[in-house]
Amino acid sequence: MKIPLSWLKDYIDVNLPLPHLAHELTMCGLEVDEVELVGLPAPQDDGHGFKFTGITWQRDKFVVAEVREVMPHPNADRLVLCRLFDGTEELVVLTGAPNLYPYKDRGALAQPLKVAYAREGAQLYDGHQPGQVLTTLKRTKIRGVESFSMVCSEKELGISEEHEGVIILDPDAPTGMPLVDYMGDAVFEISILPNMIRNACVVGVARELAAQLDMPLKKSAPKLAWDGPSIEGQVYLQISDPELNPRFVLGLLRGVTPGASPYWVQRRLRLAGMRPISNVVDATNYAMLALGEPLHAFDYDVLVKRAGGKPPTIITRTAKPGEKLTTLDDVERDLNDHTILVCDGAGALSLAGVMGGLESEVTPETRNVLLEGASWNFINIRRTSGEQRLLSEASYRFSRGIHPALAQEGVELCLGYMAAWSGGEIAAGLVDAYPNPPPDAEVELSAAEVRRGLGIQLTADEMATLLRRLEFTCTVQGESVFVKTPPHRLDIGSGLTGKADLLEELARLYGYDNIPATRLGDELPPQRGNPLQEKEELLRDMLVRLGLQETVTYRLTSPEREARLLAVADAPYVRLANPIAAERTVMRRSLLASTLEVIEKNNRLRERLAIFEIGPVFLPQPDTELPVEQQRLTIALTGLRLPQAWDQRPQGALDFYDMKGILEALFTGLHVERVGYQPLEHPVFHPGKCAAVQVGEQPAGVLGELHPQVKARYDFGNHPVLAAELDLGVILGAVPFRYDAVAVPAYPPALEDLAVIVPEETTAQQVAEVIRQGGGKLLVDLQLFDIYRGAQIGAGKKSLAYKLTYQAQDHTLKEDEVRQARNRIIRRLEQALGASLRA
Amino acid sequence: MVQDEQWATDLAAIEEQALQALAKISDESDLQAWRTLHLGRSSAVMQTFTRLGQAPKEQRPALGQAANRVKQALESALALREQALGQAELERSLSSERLDVTLPGRQPHLGRLHIATQTLREIYRVFAEMGFQVYRSREVETDAFNFELLNIPAYHPARDMWDTFHTTTPGVVLRTHTSPGQIHAMREFAPEPVRVILPGMCYRYEQSSVRHEIQFNQVEVLAVGRGITFGDLKGTLQEFARRLFGQNVRTRLRPSYFPFTEPSAEMDVECFVCGGAGCQICKGSGWLEILGCGMVHPLVLQNGGYDPAVYSGFAAGMGPERMTILRYRIEDIRNFWGNDVRFLEQF
Repeated sequence: MKIPLSWLKDYIDVNLPLPHLAHELTMCGLEVDEVELVGLPAPQDDGHGFKFTGITWQRDKFVVAEVREVMPHPNADRLVLCRLFDGTEELVVLTGAPNLYPYKDRGALAQPLKVAYAREGAQLYDGHQPGQVLTTLKRTKIRGVESFSMVCSEKELGISEEHEGVIILDPDAPTGMPLVDYMGDAVFEISILPNMIRNACVVGVARELAAQLDMPLKKSAPKLAWDGPSIEGQVYLQISDPELNPRFVLGLLRGVTPGASPYWVQRRLRLAGMRPISNVVDATNYAMLALGEPLHAFDYDVLVKRAGGKPPTIITRTAKPGEKLTTLDDVERDLNDHTILVCDGAGALSLAGVMGGLESEVTPETRNVLLEGASWNFINIRRTSGEQRLLSEASYRFSRGIHPALAQEGVELCLGYMAAWSGGEIAAGLVDAYPNPPPDAEVELSAAEVRRGLGIQLTADEMATLLRRLEFTCTVQGESVFVKTPPHRLDIGSGLTGKADLLEELARLYGYDNIPATRLGDELPPQRGNPLQEKEELLRDMLVRLGLQETVTYRLTSPEREARLLAVADAPYVRLANPIAAERTVMRRSLLASTLEVIEKNNRLRERLAIFEIGPVFLPQPDTELPVEQQRLTIALTGLRLPQAWDQRPQGALDFYDMKGILEALFTGLHVERVGYQPLEHPVFHPGKCAAVQVGEQPAGVLGELHPQVKARYDFGNHPVLAAELDLGVILGAVPFRYDAVAVPAYPPALEDLAVIVPEETTAQQVAEVIRQGGGKLLVDLQLFDIYRGAQIGAGKKSLAYKLTYQAQDHTLKEDEVRQARNRIIRRLEQALGASLRA
Repeated sequence: MVQDEQWATDLAAIEEQALQALAKISDESDLQAWRTLHLGRSSAVMQTFTRLGQAPKEQRPALGQAANRVKQALESALALREQALGQAELERSLSSERLDVTLPGRQPHLGRLHIATQTLREIYRVFAEMGFQVYRSREVETDAFNFELLNIPAYHPARDMWDTFHTTTPGVVLRTHTSPGQIHAMREFAPEPVRVILPGMCYRYEQSSVRHEIQFNQVEVLAVGRGITFGDLKGTLQEFARRLFGQNVRTRLRPSYFPFTEPSAEMDVECFVCGGAGCQICKGSGWLEILGCGMVHPLVLQNGGYDPAVYSGFAAGMGPERMTILRYRIEDIRNFWGNDVRFLEQF
C-alpha cells in the first residue's frame, strides 16, 4: 500500500522527520518497506535508519511557471516554443509535449497554463530512458533553437512513468512558488498485515498514527449538497443472500461531465499506484484509497435501458448454472454457483466485490451515475477471486473483510468528490439495504487479564484511555473495561478471541518497546530431554570423527531421478498436486538416490569424497492418509584412499572394505553390539560386493559397491562408488543408554600368530567365529593380518593369518593354558571348516 | 731420587703424548685404536703398573698413585673426546635430516557437519540451557494440523501467508511451518507445562531464488504454563538473540500478525554488519528480521488441550538458514541443499 505524505496530512497534522515517521508507522504494525521521495529533500539520519529512494526537487531549480503563449518551432513540426513566466522573468522554452499542441497558434492564452518548470542545472529523471536515470539539465541547441530548461512530465519529476505530455497543473497553482513547496511529497510503501485490511487506506493509516502519537484525527470530506430530486423510486434493491451480501448502498448523481480530474487528484492517484481515468472513475478510486471501501459506478442510463425504460432493480444473487459475464477487462467468465453477482432484471452486471461488467461501466458519454457501495462475505470473495484468478483493488480489500458501515460512508464520500470534479447534482438520499449487520460484540477485559497476558500493570481507566485512541467505546466497571469495537473494524472477535484481540491492541498502544522484558518465572516442565535426538547427534559426531562430510539434500525429487538408482514399477509416492518444477514432483523414497546425486555433482572437484546424510524417506501406506517418514542414514565413498601429494604416489581407490571399516568403527564408537554382515544380492549393488547389515536380529540396511550398470547411469568418475543405506531407527535403537567399562588387565597378555588354510568359499566371519568359540574367554582379541593364495597351499584354498591375543584378568597365563586354547581352536577349525594349519 | 724423577718424567711424557694424539682423533675407529694404544694392556701407562714391582718398595705407593692419576686423566679425556665426537656425529646426522618445513603437511580427512546442522545445534544449546527440549514431528501433515488447528480456516485470508505444496491425497500437505508441532507437543504433554523447540524441514510453494527456497528448516519455540506473559516472551527471545548474535546486540519487537498468536510480533536485531547505520544486508533499515513470535492464541491453546483461562504461552518461529546467511554473509540460499563441497567445506 502506497501512502503519499501529503494525503496523510489531510487527516493528521504530523510534522515528524520522515525517518521518525516511518519508525512510528512500523511500530504500529504498519511496516514501512521503503520511503520514496517525490520532491521533498532527503532527511538527515536521526538514528531511525530507513533507506530513502527517489528524487529531490531543488528549491531554486524547480518552480511553478505559467505558459503564456504556445508558438510553433521554426524548424520542427513536432516541437513548440512556450513563452513562459517563471515568477521572475519571461523566457522561451522549447518542448515536444503533444498536450501543448492544441494551444499552438492561439496567440497569448487568456488563461495561462500552469506547469512544472525546471531551470538549467536541475537534476531530474531522463524522460527518454527506461526506468529512473538521473540527469542534469544543460544548455543545448535543438534544431537551431537554444534550450536550457524544460517544462516537465511526471516521469521527469519521479511522480509516475507518464511521459506522453507535460504536467498541466491546476489553475490556482501560484506562479513562481518552488515546486517542492507546492507539491513536494514522499510516499510510504507499507506492508498491510492480513488482519489490518482496515488500514489499506489513508484514513486507516492516519488513524493508527494518531493513536500511536496520541494526536487528533482530522475529518476531511467534501461538503455534500443533496440538492437533486430524491433517489426514491429511481432504483430498487433486492438482496437474496444476506450472508453473502450483508449490505448494499446506492447513490445517484445526475448530469455529470466526464473529463480529466484536477491535477492534484491525478497526482495523488499516481503516487498511490493507480492510473487516473476520468473524474467519475477517479472519484471512486480516490474515495476507496482514502476510506478503504471499494466502490463501483454504473452508467444509470444503461441500466434504465436494460430495464426497458423503467427504474432498474439491482439484485444481488449467486450465479445460475452456466451463467457468464464479461468483466471490465474484456474477459468472458464462467461463473460458479457460489459466485455472488450484482445483477439487474436482465442479467449479471458485475462480479460482486471483484470487478465490474463491461456493459454497464461508465464511459465518456455517461451523464447519470449510479454509485454502489456494498459489503460482501470475505470468504466468498476470496474464493471467487482465486477461482477467477482475478486480483483487483476491490477483491484485495473485500476478500479480507470490509466493515458494512463503510458502504454508506464510502458512497457519501465518493458522491462528494464526483460532484466536485465532474459536476452534476446529487440525488437526495440513498437506497440502503442492510439486512445483516455484523455482531456488535462487547468484550470484557480485566486488569488482571492484562497483567496475566502482557505482564504490565494497567488500571481499567488506563486501558480505556488507550483503547479510546483507536475509537473503541469503553465503559469502565471496577477492574474491568467493557469494550465495543468501532464501526470500521471486523478483526475484533468475541469471547476468548476478543480478549486476545484487545490485548494485542493494548500492547500496540502501550508500545511493544515499553513492555518490560522478563525471564520465565513459570514452573519448569519435567526435563525429559530427547534421547533419540541426542543419539542421532552422537551418531553424526561419530561419522564426522571418521572424516565424513555431512550433506543435506532436497526431499523433493522425481520418480525418474530415483529410477536411475532403482526402477520400481508403480512405486507409491507422496505426490505433489501442484509441483513447482518437473524435477521435483514427489517426496523421495530413497535417501541414497539423493546422496548419489551429491557424489555426481562433486566427483570432479575432489580426488576423494566421503559423505553422509541423515534424513527421512516418505513411504505411503495403503491404509492411512499420511506416509511413514522413516529416518535413514546413507554413506557414500568414492575416489582415492589417500589423495596424491608431493611425497605420495596415488594409492588404491576406496573399496568395499573402506566402507565396511567406517561402519565397523561407527558401531564400535556407538557401542552397538551384535552387528553381522551377510552376502546379499541386491539390484543396486555389485553381486559379489554387497552385504546385508544386521543388528541383533533386525535387518539394518545394506552396504556395497554400486553395480556397474547402476554406476553407468550416473556421471561418476572411474573409481568404484561405495554406498550404504541404513535404517536409522534400528541403529539408534541398539545404541545403549549406558555400558560397562572393562578393567585394564593387570597381567601381561600372551600373543601368537595362527595361519589357517581353508577352502576359498569359507568366509572370514566363519573362521573368526570358530576361532572365538575355540579360544573361549581367554581369547580377547583377534586380528586378521594376511590373506595368502598361491601354489604353496594349492588351488581353491586360501590361508588366513591371525594375530591372537590371550589374556586372563586375574593371573599371568601359563604356557600350558595358551597351548590348550590353541589346540582347541585348531581342533574346532579342522572339525567345523576342514581347515588345516599352515606350516 | 734420580730414579724418581725419571719415572715422573716418563709418566708426564706418556700423558702428554697420549693427549696430543687424542686431540687429533676425529672418528670412532681411531678412538678405539687410541684406547688400545694408550690404555690397553701393553700401553705405556699400563706397563708402568706391571713394572711397579721392580721399583723400590718405599717408592711404590707414590709411583702407583702417579700412574693411576695419568690413567684416570687419559680415561676422562677419552670419555670427553668420545662425547664430543658423538655430539659432532649427531649434529652432522641431524643437519643432514633437515626438512623443508614449508612443504605442506599430511592432513587427515576432516569430517564436518553441514552448516545447517551447526546452526541448529547452536539454537538447541541456547534453548536447552533455558529448559527447552527438542520435539520433532512429521513433515507431511494434514491440513488440520498445518492450518485448521492453528486458527487458519480454509479460505481465510491468513492462508495467503503460506504458499502450500498440496499432495494428491486431499487434505494432506507438506508442512509450511513447524507450527503443527505445537499442537502435537501440547496434546502429548497437557496438562503439564511445556517448553519445547520444534526444529525441522518445511516446504513452501515458491520459485527458488537467491533468497527463497522451496525447502527450509524452521525452529519453533513454545512455552505453555500458568503464568507466561508477553514480557516473558520478550525476555526469553532477547536472551536468545544475545547468545546468538552477541551480548550487546540491540533487539526490537515490532507488531505483526500470525493467526496462531496474539499479540504477534516480529523480532529484529540491530544489523551486525553496519551496526544499525543501514547497509545492503539490512536493506538500509539498520535492522535484521530474525523471528516471528507472539502469545499463543487462545483457540490454539484450546486445540492443544489447555484451558486458555488458566494457561497462557508464547511461541516463536525462526529460520536457521536465514540466520546463517546473515551471519556468514552467504549470498545464495540455494547453496544449502546444493551440497557443493566447495561450499560445505568452508564451515
